[in-house]
Amino acid sequence: MSNTFNRRNFLKLSLLASGGMLIGVGCSEEADMPTSTDDLDFHSFNAYIEMAKNGIVKIYSPNPEIGQGVKTSMPMIVAEELDVSWKKVHVVQAPLSNDFNRQVAGGSQSIRQNFPALRMAGATVKMMFLTAVAKKWDVGVDTLKVAQGIISSQDGKKINYEEVIEEAIKIPVPENAPLKNVEDFTLIGKAINNVDIKPIITGKPLFGVDYKEKGMKYAAVARPPFGASLQSVDDTEAKAVKGVEQVIQFNNKVAVVANSTWAAFKGKSKLKIEWGNLQDDENTTLFDQKMAQLLHNGKLEEKIKSGDISKAKAEADQIIEQTYEAPFLPHNTMEPMNFFADVTDKKIRLVGPTQVPRSSANVVAQLLERNVEDVTVEMTRMGGGFGRRLSTDYAEDAAMVSHLAKAPIKLMYTREDDMSIGQYRPKVKYKITATLKNGQLTGYQLKEAIVNNNGMNKGIAKFFPFGAVDHYLAESANVPADVTTLWWRAPITNFLGFATESFMDELALKLQKDPIELRMELLENAKGKKTPYSPERMQQTIQLVKEKSNWGNAPKGIYQGFACYYSHNSYVAEVCDLEMIDGKPIAKRFYASVDCGIVINTSGAKNQIEGAILDGMGHAMYGNLELKDGIAQSQNFDKYKLIRMMDTPVIETYFVNSNQAPTGLGEPGMPPAGAAYANAYVKATGKRMLKQPFFS
Amino acid sequence: MKFDLIINKKNYTVDVEDGTPLLWVLRDELELVGTKFGCGIGECGACTVHIDGKAERSCQQMVELVEGKEITTIEGLSENGDHPVQKAWETLDVPQCGYCQSGQMMTASAFLRKNPTPSPEEIRMAMHGNICRCASYNRIEKAVALAAEKLK
Repeated sequence: MSNTFNRRNFLKLSLLASGGMLIGVGCSEEADMPTSTDDLDFHSFNAYIEMAKNGIVKIYSPNPEIGQGVKTSMPMIVAEELDVSWKKVHVVQAPLSNDFNRQVAGGSQSIRQNFPALRMAGATVKMMFLTAVAKKWDVGVDTLKVAQGIISSQDGKKINYEEVIEEAIKIPVPENAPLKNVEDFTLIGKAINNVDIKPIITGKPLFGVDYKEKGMKYAAVARPPFGASLQSVDDTEAKAVKGVEQVIQFNNKVAVVANSTWAAFKGKSKLKIEWGNLQDDENTTLFDQKMAQLLHNGKLEEKIKSGDISKAKAEADQIIEQTYEAPFLPHNTMEPMNFFADVTDKKIRLVGPTQVPRSSANVVAQLLERNVEDVTVEMTRMGGGFGRRLSTDYAEDAAMVSHLAKAPIKLMYTREDDMSIGQYRPKVKYKITATLKNGQLTGYQLKEAIVNNNGMNKGIAKFFPFGAVDHYLAESANVPADVTTLWWRAPITNFLGFATESFMDELALKLQKDPIELRMELLENAKGKKTPYSPERMQQTIQLVKEKSNWGNAPKGIYQGFACYYSHNSYVAEVCDLEMIDGKPIAKRFYASVDCGIVINTSGAKNQIEGAILDGMGHAMYGNLELKDGIAQSQNFDKYKLIRMMDTPVIETYFVNSNQAPTGLGEPGMPPAGAAYANAYVKATGKRMLKQPFFS
Repeated sequence: MKFDLIINKKNYTVDVEDGTPLLWVLRDELELVGTKFGCGIGECGACTVHIDGKAERSCQQMVELVEGKEITTIEGLSENGDHPVQKAWETLDVPQCGYCQSGQMMTASAFLRKNPTPSPEEIRMAMHGNICRCASYNRIEKAVALAAEKLK
């Protein structure tokens, strides 16, 4: 992708901002949340930038922050082009607003899709300052220089932005403001601390669960097993719990409204509910059987086809086939689902953790038959997202309970609610068939069986090795289910990456080729073909990890596994170093190379890769949610294992030096991790991992 | 019922039902929300506080059993957010989402008071009880080691 800018989007923004109107700040006045605004008299230049006379620059971060770091990196981009000192920047989370493009935390797209608008937001205001000073000094704009918010003239005069705020704000918003050359970036590419580091380390209120207003009630909701319905409820004991104020039935659910979280939880636990219509086919083993049957001889839908796979099969001198299986996974964000809603006749106020503020406003308006213009959404920092908060289910419940209880409420999930009524990573199986002739890969067939039509789209169906083989076919089959499934960090690719890259490793063994050499050769074949990925960039990424990991020359006793994957427009290659310790294979180290274009914040970027690798490896090792009669068989961390400190290898991350526009970073580190581990594991033990979780 | 609590060297009287976990007293009654709710069964460590200097899961501590004990939460770990553990977390830019980190820091600070010169393996064992769903474990591990250096 080239470094181009969508000016149309920015013009929309400039027009809205040209009146110099003040855009609303983070939190309402009655709230106890830190607004992080001062008593300073801020002047608004556009939706992103306000400046005070003491030189403090307030930058609004438009997108939801789930731990992926955009609350730091998005304002960095604005500050870079505005050319102010980062020390003077004060970042504020923007609320949902028409002034911004795509306020979504999803698909690793925040930076990629907003990079042009964020740059223009800064560059435009810089131009307004330059124009104002040029007028004041009666010189040409292009004779002036600016650095760190100080404008200087050729004859040595200097003036700070804050000294000319009044003049600059009156300058018409320029339609074309020049952008910096990538080589001239001074802030982008640096390691910058998380902007919320201080409140995080001192325990200040920041997250949805921390939100509180005067008069607010707390609600806990009992929900049916998947596919079941509410038969009867006896709420006598629940109502006897001190602090419980109301018990409300709605949509097959029962809400307990109380004056504290604990009373709401306790009241909910005292409800005597009979669920009817339990679904005995909402069962992990049954889904397993259906998927196996579909992959064996079921009817599959064609996604992508090139060449003729049956011809390749007929002409092959060897056919390799392998099946890979993955379970349902709950997201298990550390901060359980919660949301604040205050539904009144006049307006609906929503506050809380959501990756989709726009959709939250829309669905709540629809649910309560209200105008969406009457709905406001404020975003809190989120204790993890991983895709769970792309669903609006809990925001809808919060709004409905507030509406029925006629009170502002904060809906709170227990961990059991969170794990048992999730929006899980869909259970999926892949069967991969490769045809070989004269020691070459000639054909590749990918079959997918997955629940709830959550399967690969045509774009993902064209990922590697599409383009690298003459005959290619990707197909998918659906298994309908009542269990709710949705996006889970690196949707589809989180397991397709494992399947593809495990298969490539097996293929290399069969062909007696070095696993890296096999990928390099296949990528060579893909050059010049129409693929979503660039074979050249993938090769370059592989080369970097090959060097850094000392691939092929590891000391005795170290078993190395390799995997690489393109997803979310980025390229990641990983090598896992595994050691046998007391007869047990232990992952000691991961080397990762990443091409995500320009890296905005190297500290945050490395954090994402480190986290994604451990997350990917951990879930491949342990993650599993079984269903029986629509009921989750693990409901808390005593029966659900997540990776912990003693299982963690050291991660070394290297970025490909790039001037390309930035691409995704929150997700692409994950897909290769399980395969790199499994490919090392097979070397150490001879055992090939085909099914996740590897260990139970 | 009324309970007298000593939290971060201050005296509080709270009026809650007996059996209420300290976690919810801190969060809902006293507005000390740095202590986080993660699982409610003592498995994740997000709610870790110090009770008489020892790291404990506040979701498992009934309010009636902590009366008169010295309770420290993340808000009271240091006056100005400059405990060596907090400084180390800041220096290494540890958090991703940040939600579990107050629990991590409370575990780390109690551990380092007991063992100011830990081996790398002792650090890993000490921190094993705290889940970080973002898996910022590499940096947590480094930060505990750095804090130990700072404490010397």
